[in-house]
Amino acid sequence: MSTQEPDRESEQVPGAADEDLIVDPAAAVDDSAITVAPTARQRLRRALLHPGPGQIVVAVLLCVLGIAAVTQVRLAGTNDDFAGMRQADLIQALNGLQASSRRTEQDISDLEETRDALRSNNDKTATALAQARNDLDVLGVLAGTLPATGPGVRITVTVPDSNISLNYLLDGIEELRDAGAEAMEINDSVRIVAQTSFEAADGGVNVDGRVLRSPFTIDAIGDPESLRTALNFYGGFVDDIALDEGKVKIEPSKNIEVKVLRTPVRPQFAEPAP
Amino acid sequence: MIAVFGLVIGVALGFVLQPDVPIGLEPYLPIAVVAALDAVFGAMRAFLDGTFDDKVFVVSFISNVLIAALIVFLGDKLGVGAQLSTGVIVVLGIRIFANVAAIRRHIFHA
Repeated sequence: MSTQEPDRESEQVPGAADEDLIVDPAAAVDDSAITVAPTARQRLRRALLHPGPGQIVVAVLLCVLGIAAVTQVRLAGTNDDFAGMRQADLIQALNGLQASSRRTEQDISDLEETRDALRSNNDKTATALAQARNDLDVLGVLAGTLPATGPGVRITVTVPDSNISLNYLLDGIEELRDAGAEAMEINDSVRIVAQTSFEAADGGVNVDGRVLRSPFTIDAIGDPESLRTALNFYGGFVDDIALDEGKVKIEPSKNIEVKVLRTPVRPQFAEPAP
Repeated sequence: MIAVFGLVIGVALGFVLQPDVPIGLEPYLPIAVVAALDAVFGAMRAFLDGTFDDKVFVVSFISNVLIAALIVFLGDKLGVGAQLSTGVIVVLGIRIFANVAAIRRHIFHA
């Protein structure tokens, strides 16, 4: 068996004939000079059971190999893909990343543009909405669809038998309007707006379909002083009512409340002209 | 036996210490490990042949590692590092297979 081995080796693996094989005469002579050359198994067993001092160097080198191998395994396992890559591959990877980053930046700026556009749109809408709400408040007070409060006067007109001349009443309201009355109601039951109509009725005055009787109470919001003056001048409302043998009481107040509401009516014939 | 202990201690040290490899040496480490493995299997075979010599083993171990690293370094400089390290791995792999075949024949007679 041992005689066969060398032949097989030399003919089958000529490429593997490295440095270790070249030294074979010296080692072989040292090892087994006296007795018959031991078999491979015997040699292995003897090396394992009776290690010689020569093994220490081998052990040191194997120790280094162990450290290196474990480290490499750890590096290959834990490191990311780029650690083992060559410069050319890294440059290619970098180029790819740059291109994708450029694309992503483009996407970001596009989306930001869209966002800004939407935001400004939203701002415009909000402004328009606030404007519309404001208009609604102002117009609501004027049209009588919203309650109003503010400084003004409360005018109480007492006429015997509610026998008041319509013209005097209308004149009085016109004077109030002229003096800047912004919201008015009469007898806490009818809001006086642009469409309000006055008509003579039995034992009173028909205002917008409701018959009102003396005493007539007109609440008007505006500058109290102007409103009072507007009724008090010579030949004005107070004097007129005196002709009807009535009395007028004017109380300025800081807090007049006009709470009667009027249902808005959609115009049937009039249309907004462009 | 001492040699086997050396390997075991090395593996254990590698796990415990977790040494850091300088970034410049990182590409050479795998090649160096394979070259060292080649030297170890060559030594194993020589031992079973009865021709083992520890001086030769040390020299072949170190020179294998150095030459493998040098080839890879040269390849990197020439711009064919990836291909050349693949070549080195293939050659060393063939040698390892041949040596292991010889070892197998010694131990199992097959």
